Amino acid sequence: MTPVLEVRDLSYRLPGAGDRHLVTALSFSVAPGETLVLLGRSGSGKTTTLKLINRLLEPTRGEVRLQGEATATLEPYRLRRRIGYVIQEIGLFPHFTVAQNVGLVPRLEGWPPDRIAGRVRELLALVGLDPDEFAERSPRALSGGQRQRVGVARALAADPALLLLDEPFGALDPITRVELQREFRALEGRLGKGMVFVTHDVREGLLLGTRLGLMHEGRLAFLGTAEEFRRSNDPQVKQFMEAA
Amino acid sequence: MNLLRFYGDHAREAFGLLGQHLVLVGASTFLAVLIGVPLGVLLTRRPAWRGPVLGLANVFQTIPSLALFGFLIPLPFLGGIGARTAIVALVVYALLPIVRNTYVGISGVDPAVREAGRGMGMTDGQLLTMVEIPLGLGVIFAGVRVATVVGVGTATIAAAIGAGGLGVYIFRGVSTVDDTLILAGALPAAILALIADGLLGLIERRLAR
Ligand SMILES: Nc1ncnc2c1ncn2[C@@H]1O[C@H](COP(=O)(O)OP(=O)(O)OP(=O)(O)O)[C@@H](O)[C@H]1O
Ligand SMILES: [Mg+2]
Repeated sequence: MTPVLEVRDLSYRLPGAGDRHLVTALSFSVAPGETLVLLGRSGSGKTTTLKLINRLLEPTRGEVRLQGEATATLEPYRLRRRIGYVIQEIGLFPHFTVAQNVGLVPRLEGWPPDRIAGRVRELLALVGLDPDEFAERSPRALSGGQRQRVGVARALAADPALLLLDEPFGALDPITRVELQREFRALEGRLGKGMVFVTHDVREGLLLGTRLGLMHEGRLAFLGTAEEFRRSNDPQVKQFMEAA
Repeated sequence: MNLLRFYGDHAREAFGLLGQHLVLVGASTFLAVLIGVPLGVLLTRRPAWRGPVLGLANVFQTIPSLALFGFLIPLPFLGGIGARTAIVALVVYALLPIVRNTYVGISGVDPAVREAGRGMGMTDGQLLTMVEIPLGLGVIFAGVRVATVVGVGTATIAAAIGAGGLGVYIFRGVSTVDDTLILAGALPAAILALIADGLLGLIERRLAR
């Protein structure tokens, strides 16, 4: 089966800043139904990696393939509509209702309004928000956890093959966080999408990841299953496991 | 009371001048929005142009209005005596607040929201029309309000180059040392500025999100 995502020898050098690489020689792939968790300390290059995949940043070397197709040859905005993206700060549009936020990509893609409305209701229910109660609300009138749910629903709207999630449960109280993690785990199985899930929480990574990658100073210091991660002798991994 | 009697005797003329004044301010503000908003948007896309363009607009702003009218009169096409020259000068003054506020309003949009828009696959045009302009509209409109209010005042000087407007009474009153005549022009101009400020301020608060 063609992987949803293949990343080969991906590097990114800051333009103009001498030889500083934010990301160096990354290679990995993600199959349908698989969740690759990217762990790493703050500043290790996780967000940069996601932006290289959807071309918010242009790689200086290497190749990214989405469902077998080289992303470099696609129009960036077309590429991005095929990839669900939950950004670290969520970034809901404050002047849109919840329903308009969730229905954004279908609207950009020119779906008829009644189909968008149906899809929005379906997605809100999927992420545990009652459509009758939440569809017409302003994002300002949501709690942090509800916003995160809307962010995930919005990323799923046009049924993308690949989902990029940048610490989607960051900045939540531990109880809500665990609740969302459980629900997300159940969703993963039902959706069957390829996902790249960024977090710096090892427990979250072990719970949600089919495989884990540990980033350190822009490189993949480790890539393997949860079991392999637990047993690894890699000093970076050990440091991470001890901190958990 | 002299003033009331004056308006009673010259109602047609007074309304005519008021109308001219409104046309001067309305036309120049409209043109300034037409030029200034796209220019402000352009500055958000070409950061290198920001310094020179805002600097130039600033220089224009500091030229005394009577002097600017004077500079314009000898120019071909734009200049000459009359309303056209006055409108050109008023547009020049209105540009700075509109360009600057458009730039500031759009740059002030939460970077996370902009990033989300781009990350979802909006084109630059969609990002502008669906996200940046709606979210910056309150600030952009504040620039239009300032430009309008300043324009109401500056337009009184347009009478000096034969463009009409309420300034006609003021200049005539000054030259004949007639206080009533000065007031007949100055008072409605001041009230007009206050009304414009109040009304546009109301709209602005509704647009600010
Ligand atoms: N535009 C930029 N200019 C300069 N440095 C940058 C830029 N963007 C990111 N960086 C740097 O690149 C490094 C990697 O950043 P990145 O955002 O990918 O980290 P991260 O792993 O997502 O961290 P966090 O967990 O804190 O979100 C950091 O050192 C950051 O300061
Ligand atoms: Mg990050």
